[in-house]
Amino acid sequence: MSEIGIILSSHVFKLAEGVYQLLQETAPDLSITYAGGTDDGEIGSSFDKITTAIKDNEADHCFAFYDLGSAKMTMEMAIEMTDKTVEIMDVAFIEGAYTAASLLSGGTNYDRVVEQLKPLTVK
Amino acid sequence: MLTVNNTKAWLERFADKIKTNKAYLSELDSVIGDGDHGNNMARGVKAMKEKLAEGDYVEPEEVLKDASMALLSKIGGASGPLYGSAFLGMSKQADQDSADIHAIVKAGLDGITKRGKAEVGEKTMVDVWSPIVEHLEKGTVTIEAVQDSVEATKDLKASKGRASYLGERSLGELDPGAVSSGYLFEAMIEGEIIDE
Repeated sequence: MSEIGIILSSHVFKLAEGVYQLLQETAPDLSITYAGGTDDGEIGSSFDKITTAIKDNEADHCFAFYDLGSAKMTMEMAIEMTDKTVEIMDVAFIEGAYTAASLLSGGTNYDRVVEQLKPLTVK
Repeated sequence: MLTVNNTKAWLERFADKIKTNKAYLSELDSVIGDGDHGNNMARGVKAMKEKLAEGDYVEPEEVLKDASMALLSKIGGASGPLYGSAFLGMSKQADQDSADIHAIVKAGLDGITKRGKAEVGEKTMVDVWSPIVEHLEKGTVTIEAVQDSVEATKDLKASKGRASYLGERSLGELDPGAVSSGYLFEAMIEGEIIDE
């Protein structure tokens, strides 16, 4: 199993869940956690849900992917309050997360994954 | 100077203003954003008010810290981490010196710009926080000064956040985050926190 995990953060619960399902199919051995929507299940970001996704991830080193700006800002605040190493990747949400999951699952090393994500930078 | 009591009173006053103007804030946001600023802020300040009512505080920075966590956790939109960062910054500075309101608000502004990366003139809450910091330094902060800086966001073109997609069409509209920030400073002035 990869030592690096993946955290997904979306404004919409079903979107986060859907991307999680997509990633799980390509990387069933990876620790992938996700947070979607507000505490009430509405569209938005939840600090508590994101904090839980970080905590529940089995890896101490994670790549984090997000859909829109406030999911990123909320993730940043959650990262400041955890001991884990969580790296936010400013790449296309689905393509980026899928690429990272596939590569990590295939045993690709950290540097190479980061390199492969670069062309997907969108933000 | 900030005390536990005047900080609580300030934030409760802020919460009441948000509640009163919830529909107005959402209406402003529906023009240039996604229309949820009023609801989001109302949810955040309600949680903040409940949290502050429970707290047994010794220092004002504890009040600001709890406010930060409540707003961060409950607003749900981009304003959550922005107000959360502002209050966290103010809390840390109040811990250093609770008498220097200018330094405290400046630390709040620094928290916002660190998080949101917005600069002055991009039609965001920064366009209220920044002039208020300057007014506090000069001792010239008034309700009118707050309202003028809020009103001035009409003439700015959005280049940060969701409103930036509108480009030129954002001209002539108030920024909702600037308006809600205005309430925070009006509440501060009305609470007579600022020493002459």
